[in-house]
Order: sequence, then C-alpha cells, then structure tokens
Amino acid sequence: MSDRFSTELERRGIALPPRRIDTLQLNITRRCNQACRHCHVDASPARTEMLSAEGIAACLDVLERHPQIGTLDLTGGAPELHPQFVTLVERARALGRRVIVRHNLTVQFDGDPATKQPMDHLPAFFARQRVEVVSSLPYYQPYFTDAQRGSGVFAKSIEALKRLNAVGYGIPGSGLVLNLVYNPVGPYLPAPQASLEADYRKALAQQFGVYFNALFTITNMPIHRFRLHLEKSGQYAAYMDKLLAAFNPAAAENVMCRDLISVDHQGRLYDCDFNQQLGLYLQREDGSAETIFDFDAERLLRRRIRLGDHCLGCSAGAGSSCGGATA
Amino acid sequence: MSSYYESEDLKKFGDIGRHAGPLAEQFFKYYGQVTGADGALTRREKALIALAIAHAEKCPYCIDAYTTACLEAGANPEQMMEAVHVAATMKAGITLAHAIQMNNHLDKLVL
Repeated sequence: MSDRFSTELERRGIALPPRRIDTLQLNITRRCNQACRHCHVDASPARTEMLSAEGIAACLDVLERHPQIGTLDLTGGAPELHPQFVTLVERARALGRRVIVRHNLTVQFDGDPATKQPMDHLPAFFARQRVEVVSSLPYYQPYFTDAQRGSGVFAKSIEALKRLNAVGYGIPGSGLVLNLVYNPVGPYLPAPQASLEADYRKALAQQFGVYFNALFTITNMPIHRFRLHLEKSGQYAAYMDKLLAAFNPAAAENVMCRDLISVDHQGRLYDCDFNQQLGLYLQREDGSAETIFDFDAERLLRRRIRLGDHCLGCSAGAGSSCGGATA
Repeated sequence: MSSYYESEDLKKFGDIGRHAGPLAEQFFKYYGQVTGADGALTRREKALIALAIAHAEKCPYCIDAYTTACLEAGANPEQMMEAVHVAATMKAGITLAHAIQMNNHLDKLVL
C-alpha cells in the first residue's frame, strides 16, 4: 500500500527525482549529552554508535573526489562527541568545503557524558575553522525550551550563545555564521519563519544581549521519540491529518532529499537523516546497501527517493528542512 | 444522554453546511478572510483576540482550536494567558458596569 505522502504526490502529479548532491550530511554519532523529548534520532548519553575511522576517511575521500559536493553537514547526537570530530572538520575545511556543525550548545558545558572530556574549547575551534554553527533553541523563553530539551537547558544555551557571540559568531561583519533552529514543542506547525525570527532577534538582544544570523523553523517529524509521545497521548492520527491537510506542493518540490545524501555511523547512505533513523537505506539493484565506501554519484542521482508518511513533515505549511522553511 | 463538546467533533465543523450549504460557504469564506491572513492586524493578534473570545463565550472547541492557532502563529503562553485576562477583566467590568443600572433604579425606588 502506498504511503500518504506518495499518494498525495501522485494525486497532484508531482515527481521528486534527485536534483544534485550538493551536501553530504554525516550522522557521526548518536551519543548526545542531552535526551530531548522530540529527538528523531533517539540520541542520549547512553548511545554508543560512532562512524569508524575508515568511514571518516571514506567521507573525506568522497569530498575530495566530488567538488560538486560543496557542503559537509555534521550532525548526531552531538557530533562534537566523536573522537575524530576535530580532525574531520579540519580536513574538510582544508579541502575548501563549507562545514556546518549542528551544535546543541549545552555540550560546551556538559562535555562528553562518557569520558567527561570538557568541550569549552568549541567556540574558539569553530571560529578558527570558520564553520557554520546551527543550534536548536526551541523558543526565546525558558518554558518551551526546557519542556523539550530538559530542565535548565535554556539558561545553559543562552550562556553558550554568549560564548559564541564573544568569538564573533552572529556578529555583523565577522563572517561567522550562527543560525538558530525553532521547532514546535508539540504536534502543531511552526509559525512563519520571518515573523518568528524577528521575535527571536528582538527578545534575545534585549533580554540577554545575544545575537544570531537567521532562524530556521523545522516541523517535528512523527517518528521515534516524538511519534511515541504522540501515540501515548492519543494525538498521532490528528497530527498526521494536520500534516496532510497542510500539504504544500511548493514545499514538496523543495524537499532537501533531492539535494543531499545522508551517511550513518556504519557508512550506509540514505536520502535524509529521517530516513536514516527509520532504517530506509539506499539499495543497489541487487538489494545491497549503498555505502560511502563505494560512493557513485551518477548512480545515486538515478536513485528513487524512498518516501513514507513521515515525509508529510517536510511538505506541510511553509515546508521544513535542515535549513528551515522551503516554500 | 451523550456528552457535548467532544474534541473529536471539532473536525465536523465543516459539516455545518449540511442543511444550508450556500450560507455555510459564505461564512467560511468570510471566516477565512478575517482570520487566515495578516491584515491591519497580524494573524497572531487575531488568534489572541479569538482565544480571548473563546474563553469569554466558553466554547471548548474554540479554546482547543485557538490554543493551537496561537502557538502556530508564534504566540507564547504568557501572551495567551494575558489575552484570557483581557477577556476576564472585560467580563468583570461589564458585570460591574451594570451596577450603574442598579444604582439608577435604586435612586428611583428609594425615597
């Protein structure tokens, strides 16, 4: 049976072939110092998955051989907890790639939950390497942020943002980019990105003296931990109906999976990080998994993107992607 | 007797046109134009007004719908609670303002 997203695409005559591969998004570890209630990765301090040294080398090799892949997007878990994080960033930057780090802010203070290694060097390291920092801050007030990310996270996040500002991140003219991510704290759609960004900018500057570049609004994906919450609270069906009712063809056509390849800790390839967490890996004709170790850009561009009900999260309203709204 | 105000029933709102389709159509068009877009007021301001009225009129469907609508318009619980206080204070003020009528009548009755 076809999923609801595919059915909607078919009804509207929309096809979603891959367009290009301009981003390699690596989920290098599922370990995280936090265990957020909406996390689609189910990341936590207890997770141990890490991309191997061979996997890291293969990713760098792919970057070196494919100049069209301009961006390396590092996520997790908290990607900084991978033992080779620093080397990976340095080498990708040396290859001239734009590097994005999805940095949860609190890891600066919490450090590695397993080794207790402190992480307060990160702002200076990021600035030295001129990586783009993308950080979740579900709201500009503590109530929503702590509800989603844990008690005390808002205060810690503000302190971490101040440290990033102190080395130039988010400060006009520095060229150091700090983008924030808003996502709803429940089964509802994000407010319009531009208006929310204006609210964040005003509140964070006035109340905390914190500055940033742009705000990305992201819709909560109905998978894993968030799906479990929806099911337990009897809201899953209503949320899926809401996503379908808000289907936006323009957002559907701009889904991020058309432009990126996601890599997991075993080196397997996916259309996006959500498919990665659902185990929907890319398959070759013989059924075996596509991996970073035998990366073939031409073959990947001929692939059929794997779709499911969860894709409605990317096509609802103004759309949603790792870079925020898409329509 | 079955209970009123089941959350599930909210999605049947569109069915109010069952016996008067053209009238419902006009209502929904008007409703959409007023609440669905920024105008002289932003969608957020309109959602907060609607939330306040939902409380004043004690409509559980509207309270559910506009709690969500306020969040989807970027409002926060402080703003939403303040809107409910506006409704509450208007209710209180309206009640108290009627004491003028009482006093006027008292003045007429009392020697």
